[in-house]
Amino acid sequence: MTHKHVLTLGPALFLWDGPQWRDFYFDIADEAPVDIVFLGEVVCSKRQHFAEPYLAKVVDRLRRAGKDIVLSSLALATQPREIAFNRECARQNEFLVEANDLSLMPHLAGKAHVVGPMVNVYNAMTANYLAGRGARVVCLPPELPLASIATIAQDLDGAEVEVFAYGRSPLAISARCAHARAKGRTKDDCRFACADDPDGLPAMTMSGEPFLAINGVQTMSHSYHCAVGAIGALLRSGVRRFRLSPQKVDMIAVATIYRAMLSGELDSEEALVRLMRLSPDVRHSNGFLFGVAGADFVTAS
Amino acid sequence: MELICPAGTPAAFREAVKAGADAVYCGFRNETNARNFPGLNFTPEELGEAVAFAGKRNVKTFVAINTFMRAGDEQLWLDAVAAAHAAGADAVIVADLGLMAFVAREYPDLRLHVSVQAGASNADAVNYLVAAFDAKRVVLPRVLTIKEVKELTRAVRCETEVFAFGGLCVMEEGRCSLSSYAVGESPNMNGVCSPARHVSYREESGALLSKLGRFTINRFDQGEAAGYPTLCKGRFIVDNEAGYVFEDPTSLNAIRHLDALREAGVAALKIEGRQRGKAYVAEVVATLKRAMSADGVQREVCAERLRGLSEGQKTTSGAFEKRWR
Repeated sequence: MTHKHVLTLGPALFLWDGPQWRDFYFDIADEAPVDIVFLGEVVCSKRQHFAEPYLAKVVDRLRRAGKDIVLSSLALATQPREIAFNRECARQNEFLVEANDLSLMPHLAGKAHVVGPMVNVYNAMTANYLAGRGARVVCLPPELPLASIATIAQDLDGAEVEVFAYGRSPLAISARCAHARAKGRTKDDCRFACADDPDGLPAMTMSGEPFLAINGVQTMSHSYHCAVGAIGALLRSGVRRFRLSPQKVDMIAVATIYRAMLSGELDSEEALVRLMRLSPDVRHSNGFLFGVAGADFVTAS
Repeated sequence: MELICPAGTPAAFREAVKAGADAVYCGFRNETNARNFPGLNFTPEELGEAVAFAGKRNVKTFVAINTFMRAGDEQLWLDAVAAAHAAGADAVIVADLGLMAFVAREYPDLRLHVSVQAGASNADAVNYLVAAFDAKRVVLPRVLTIKEVKELTRAVRCETEVFAFGGLCVMEEGRCSLSSYAVGESPNMNGVCSPARHVSYREESGALLSKLGRFTINRFDQGEAAGYPTLCKGRFIVDNEAGYVFEDPTSLNAIRHLDALREAGVAALKIEGRQRGKAYVAEVVATLKRAMSADGVQREVCAERLRGLSEGQKTTSGAFEKRWR
């Protein structure tokens, strides 16, 4: 499957139980029009054993479906086994790896890799520096506005930019687990509090407005970031890789909508209507792209 | 251990030097540093005078250029490095990889410190920055226990510096977009978090609401002390219950861990607070300096004094203690 535009499915950022995780990727393999699938736990090392037993089967199914696979790494590694895990991710040669933390960098010099959206790349000087040491793709942080994305895309040599195009924006990561804390537990004794909320735990403002979603040690936007209103501008600035971040919605439908829009079969307004229909209870936002509050939704003129 | 002290103004800078700072850190009057607040920070001329003032008293000056360069406007950050170098700064504190590469290439004689905003939270990350950019010191993110600080410090080929007192980031520094999600301005891009110009207060049936942009970040009942609506220390409703979901309004105070930090091999302790006034800076610096050489009883006195200077008169040792997680 070759497309002019590359649609990627980012790593599943939530804790789904093993069979659920496997079935999600089986469905993606069988039906989702994405080119590349990122696999691997990014948020919390305590979760890693859930998907582990199913990884080989998922890899096999995705490969047979013609999907390229990228192995994602941990975004925050402080304990020895977490640092060792990231080191192993960087050193293995079976998969291209996505670096989500600087700890992978020393092991990736001169080796093709992807730089994930949680590594801070805000300008072409940094992107080019990373490309010079082996990055083939740089997925930019979700908070970057269109103007920055366009400048980086234009000035980047030897690598491509990827833009976070759909799903709850990863906003922060902490040593503390707010998810466990919300359920009266600590991180060490979390009993996988985050497994109860496979699309994140909503945190409302004191006025009762949905605002954030807690995902273990990660804090995300409650709204689904949705780049469809800016797709035209992104394409004009040379971006051709778009990342969909898995949510508890019909991701096959999401991918199908993005694919149809990228190939010009669907206009962005209709795409938005269809996406909103898939998750009527969650607001969509795109403010980051337009340089305003990320939670806002800007209607492109 | 050195004591690294904040200065948002030339007056606070002089107070910090007089109060016993081993080094003072400050930034320029623009978005190249993470305390880009109105009325704060230094012109290149003021920095030159400050460096000279400190140098005469054997105190070092570090310049924080620790936001991420905006694409297309990189020159502002490159100029800041040139100005720090020209002023005779002892080190620059940098977060952006591209800017670190620039410093290492263009100013090999300028000492490079890795800002907390770089999010270098383990030995592999730190040693990479040492090897790639000849970093001489790393300021560690507030995500590590004392044990982890010690293990990291032993495993890295540069000095480590940790925050000991002041504002407490709950999220790993440099990897937080909560502020830009709410109001469009963030520490990484603009050098501000939960900026004052987006803060408002409103009364509603006897309660006081604090808002950041259009979001209600806290609600104080009558008689309850109202704090500043920093996002990660706001009250939110989860599972129908309102509470401090991420962290209470509190400050970091590691005074009880000074011996453990010294034993861990930490080279320097840092005080947060470039946005604070000169009287505050003078008192905190002097108190911490005293605490560093005090015995147990005297140190308790210092700890109490510092608590009184903290947000909501409440302090925590944060991630230094594992149970905080």
